[in-house]
Amino acid sequence: MDMSQYIEIFIEESKEHLQALNQSLLQLEQNPNDTAMINEIFRVAHTLKGMAGTMGFNKMARFTHDMEDVLQALRNDEIKANSNLVDVLFKCLDALESYLDNIVNSGSEGDEQYDDILQVLKNLKGNNSTELEFQLKNASEETAAASSALLAEPAKDVVINQYEQNVINKALEMRMNVYTITVVLNKGCLLKAARAFIIFQALEKYGEIIKSEPKVEDIEDEKFDFRFTVIVISKESKELFAKELNSIAEIDEVIINPLESDTISGETRSKTDNTLIKPMGQVTNNEDADEGKKDSKDIKPGTVSKPKTGKTVRVDIDRLDMLMNLVSELIIIKTRLEELEGVERSQRYNEAVEYLERITTNMHDAVMKVRMVPIETVFNRFPRMIRDISKELGKEIILTMSGEETELDRTVIDEIGDPLIHLLRNSADHGIESSEKRKRAGKPEAGNISLRAYQAGNNVIIEVEDDGQGLNLEQIKHKAIERGLVSQDMAGTLSQKDIIDFIFRPSFSTADKITDISGRGVGLDVVKTKIEALGGMVEVETEPGKGSKFIIRLPLTLAIIQALLVLINKEKYAIPLNAIKEIINIVPEDIKMVQKQEVILLRNMVVPIVRLDKVLAVPQEEEKVQKQLTAVIVKKGDKLSGFLVDSLIGQQEIVIKSLGKLLVGIKCIAGATILGDGNVALILDVNSLA
Amino acid sequence: MDGIASSDAKQFVVFKLGKEEYGLDIQKVTTIEKMMTIARVPKTVNYIKGVINLRGEIIPIMDLRTRFKMAGIEETDETRIIIIKIDDIVVGMIVDAVVEVVQLQEDSIEGVNNFSSDISMDYIHGVGKADGRIITLLNLEKLIKIGE
Repeated sequence: MDMSQYIEIFIEESKEHLQALNQSLLQLEQNPNDTAMINEIFRVAHTLKGMAGTMGFNKMARFTHDMEDVLQALRNDEIKANSNLVDVLFKCLDALESYLDNIVNSGSEGDEQYDDILQVLKNLKGNNSTELEFQLKNASEETAAASSALLAEPAKDVVINQYEQNVINKALEMRMNVYTITVVLNKGCLLKAARAFIIFQALEKYGEIIKSEPKVEDIEDEKFDFRFTVIVISKESKELFAKELNSIAEIDEVIINPLESDTISGETRSKTDNTLIKPMGQVTNNEDADEGKKDSKDIKPGTVSKPKTGKTVRVDIDRLDMLMNLVSELIIIKTRLEELEGVERSQRYNEAVEYLERITTNMHDAVMKVRMVPIETVFNRFPRMIRDISKELGKEIILTMSGEETELDRTVIDEIGDPLIHLLRNSADHGIESSEKRKRAGKPEAGNISLRAYQAGNNVIIEVEDDGQGLNLEQIKHKAIERGLVSQDMAGTLSQKDIIDFIFRPSFSTADKITDISGRGVGLDVVKTKIEALGGMVEVETEPGKGSKFIIRLPLTLAIIQALLVLINKEKYAIPLNAIKEIINIVPEDIKMVQKQEVILLRNMVVPIVRLDKVLAVPQEEEKVQKQLTAVIVKKGDKLSGFLVDSLIGQQEIVIKSLGKLLVGIKCIAGATILGDGNVALILDVNSLA
Repeated sequence: MDGIASSDAKQFVVFKLGKEEYGLDIQKVTTIEKMMTIARVPKTVNYIKGVINLRGEIIPIMDLRTRFKMAGIEETDETRIIIIKIDDIVVGMIVDAVVEVVQLQEDSIEGVNNFSSDISMDYIHGVGKADGRIITLLNLEKLIKIGE
């Protein structure tokens, strides 16, 4: 069977499952006795096994199968979860990820067998009694085919509550038939949920389904193996149901048992997957206890919260980009209509343009929203990373994250991962001290790193904060002098901010020894470049002995922004509106010289002046004497700067376009935009100009 | 030449700079445009004239005369911008005029040894001869490397 059409779905879903596995494993490590978590891990491993098997990725299936064995033993309390076991499970996860990577890249899972990991898994399992072995064997055959002995007692799979029992009793009193129907789907069935839906429809033609195990919602989400059991009340005969069901394709087996009132006395309760693998009777009590434990854990927020299942469509990002481009074009033509000269501007014309304006704005918002992705997708790989780093460094580090739901444009999400990894590694390696050192400083032994994301106006702020030793400003200054970045005399006059800025210079490292994790001197400059390329900026706050905080400020949207168009001689430039603080008129006498820098006084603040025509080398036709100057006051972080322009054209929504591959790396220009008249205006990069 | 199959032949867009004729591999040429408004881009090399809006796309424009350190001339009705694309780099080149498209046989193209030209040897890929004319074939990959 040709599976190629399903492979993308398989990859996407596997990624999600592996991510879930990752999170569950981390939680399990925190709390090794968390039965709910073990069950969750088992469920994910099992789903992956089923999916891989269906797709014919046998190595992956076998691998998850062996994982399942160990997890099963864990579930049965035969072995205990400890950090060693979790380590092995993490290795399994890595192996599965590399299988998936191979599938993504080449379409096949590759030749790697990971025999070492499999052997370790076997050894873990091998510690158990033979009885368990037997049970595990049963467990492993669970998906292969449920044994008929178990199928003969389908009612045992179903927990019937008091209400349902009442309904059944009522029905029986009324001489209706009550059946438990267990349907086993074919292994090759690809759309289990759809098949189950067809079966449900068929059953509902003749009767009423009062109970389904697993739950209907879970079946709809394909959260079941290949079998499910329903209880149906109907007037029709058993034979009719058998005939009806057997006419549906992709069903391996149908077992229909009539239910008598005395067979459901309540002793028969237990859960599906447990029943299948455990002999009845002896484990029942255990199980109830387990269930109780599980329930109490379930309430804990965030541990096993069921993923939201809305109606969604997966869309290729390229299609969204295309849609975005079209919206951009629409905005350009709208602007053109607004500026159109030589047409009679009737009331109705203006109304129409205004309406168009409203629609394009809404449309832009809508498309932007579609492109927004919660930052969670980036954040959720960090707990694992910090865990690995802390093991490697022998430091105890606790990572707390907040604001994972904060949304950012997809393009930003794709780019922001690496800078954040750099910052987190930096904090873990340089920021957080060794536990002895922390103890001496009177701090808790475990270091804290917190990663926060939140929205502030048109920006998204991401903060990486640690409670470590803070930046050693003296050392940085020393290093800067050593490297000739600043003279000995000048160094004394540097502000804290100036000193901090040195750490963003290329190949600047103060680490005495180079570790695997950081200290090679590549990093922070890359972080800065990357963030600035995204139109954002990085700031640092630090306090010796208390810790440091890296603050990343990112624009919410990338493609379309509000900008102020200005004229410099005859050239038009756009300044992003969110960088502009205010616009003031000054006279040439207002400009003073301070340390060879032109400045103005703005409400007692010294604001440096940037003469854009000089900086941008705008061709000057003749020296003109202006009595009145316009200064656009822009902010870069907490610094202000005044850009001198010749005149203002006005505020406009502009579409940011790149200058193209050839012109990458041009300072002071952030991009270009097409104006309503078809001409090009360049967008100023406030960060590098100010 | 004794009837060489056309598969051995390559097509070149021939353009003029001053009196000399130059050829560009037609595979790399996207379109040829008339002169249009160029928005100057500051802080870049002198032979980048700026960018144009070509049907909604921003395309950087290189002045070949400046690139080859030739004296600049006033633009005429003949002045053209040849838009080329190499890998994912798109660039327009200002030339004095576009002449024609010629087909050159593989063996009528010679290397650049013992050849003198107005422009630096670095940018020349070879020399083609067609009907007694000499066409200098340009090395585009080298040409679009900025800062060399």
